[in-house]
Amino acid sequence: MKMINAIIKPFKLDDVREALSEIGVQGITVTEVKGFGRQKGHTELYRGAEYVVDFLPKLKVEVVVKDSALEQTIETISKAANTGKIGDGKIFVSTIEEAIRIRTGETGDDAI
Amino acid sequence: MQNEIFELQYAMDTFYFLVSGALVMWMAAGFAMLEAGLVRAKNTTEILTKNVALFAIACTMYLICGYEIMYDGGYFLSGVTTVAQMDDAAVAAILEASNEAGFADMGEYAGASDFFFQVVFVATAMSIVSGAVAERMKLWAFLTFAIVMTGLIYPMEGSWTWNGDSVFGIYALDYSDYAGSGIVHLAGAAAALAGVLLLGPRKGKYGADGSVHPIPGANLPLATLGTFILWMGWFGFNGGSTLKLGGIGVANEVANVFLNTNAAAAGGLIGALIVARILFGKADLSMVLNGALAGLVAITADPASPGPLMSTIVGLVGGVIVVFSILFFDKIKIDDPVGALSVHGTVGIFGVMVVCVTGGASVGGQLVGLLTIFVWVFVTSLITWFIIKAIMGIRVSEEEEYEGVDLAECGMEAYPEFVSQN
Repeated sequence: MKMINAIIKPFKLDDVREALSEIGVQGITVTEVKGFGRQKGHTELYRGAEYVVDFLPKLKVEVVVKDSALEQTIETISKAANTGKIGDGKIFVSTIEEAIRIRTGETGDDAI
Repeated sequence: MQNEIFELQYAMDTFYFLVSGALVMWMAAGFAMLEAGLVRAKNTTEILTKNVALFAIACTMYLICGYEIMYDGGYFLSGVTTVAQMDDAAVAAILEASNEAGFADMGEYAGASDFFFQVVFVATAMSIVSGAVAERMKLWAFLTFAIVMTGLIYPMEGSWTWNGDSVFGIYALDYSDYAGSGIVHLAGAAAALAGVLLLGPRKGKYGADGSVHPIPGANLPLATLGTFILWMGWFGFNGGSTLKLGGIGVANEVANVFLNTNAAAAGGLIGALIVARILFGKADLSMVLNGALAGLVAITADPASPGPLMSTIVGLVGGVIVVFSILFFDKIKIDDPVGALSVHGTVGIFGVMVVCVTGGASVGGQLVGLLTIFVWVFVTSLITWFIIKAIMGIRVSEEEEYEGVDLAECGMEAYPEFVSQN
């Protein structure tokens, strides 16, 4: 099982979510985060004093999928979250050791 | 002895205008909070800036030329008696006029208090526009429009209605509108409608298949606070429109106006509450808040004539209408983040027409008045928005809309976090 961590632009959430449910991914977790990569922040002015806002609002979408579904899921998220402009985000993949459904106790691929 | 009483009457009626005006001014805070609560966090600073700035612009433009256009008060308020000008001779002249007219008449009061009471109404009318165009209009385009609306558009239709001037010398109106359901509220909604039509809906609001996507407000406590503030301010809006307090008959009228205004708000709230429960299965706070305001708008054209029960019913009908109107505007893809077009426009029309039942106004007179106000304001607003759009554009770019107009237009977040000190 693999965990996909996708950092995306906030307004892309609906597109990503719809695309994922189309390929059969049933569960995701979303967190509001702030961050930056190569997309620069900007300077703002508050009562005459300048300050830098490096951190831009993004969303972190976490999905856990079976190994066999990994490639397709990555491609789906990439396409849905892409705008072609800087700041589109990144996708990170890691391996999950175990998954358990709390209600039934199912483990492994059955729990995803 | 009679002169002393006239002095008291002058003072009381002046005081009444001032306090009522202050209450209506407080409605500006109500609008600001209501709108701030119903937009997204990333667009809050901008709408607050719009609200405070439009108030200041309205006060200034009305002072410069609006009051002259509407009431012949003199450009730059040259017609208002200053403190220095109120010398013994002026006081004597006022007492002479009072003695001649007796107590039955409107009576004398300070000109400055009349302006003060009138100017806050202009700001109210303008403020209706800011909610409908929220989250996607350029700040400076909006403020430019405010200059024209408060300096020309509103004063013109105000002069035909409350000042009884003939409409471009062609016809006079036979129109009854106590505190301005049509003159203020419908007018604001007409200007807003013109803007919204040229502006277009927010991105992501309407799906290609006709579905409506909710864009929830960021702060319902603020929205609720705003509604209560507006409710309280409305006592000045309707109450002050009696224009006089000193006298038994008129004081009784004022008391009934306060009572009816409150009753209508309560009725409107209940109406919207019940309709929302029936249609959606749950109470919808945002609809309920709009319902209370709808009740207030509905009674505004005549808060004096009806009894308290009738006022409650008028408000209740307004509250029912507003829910359906809000759903309707979404159905025809006219995006109104705060329901301003429905609360002030649809229910404004209802409020004006209901005077035929409660206050004995003529249907023809009300209709002609309504149409005159609507056509004038809508057409001139459309032209103004069009010109502004051609010169500087009225809508922010797609990127700016996604980023939030707080950053794009104001460079200042309303709820900042992660600010690094540099």
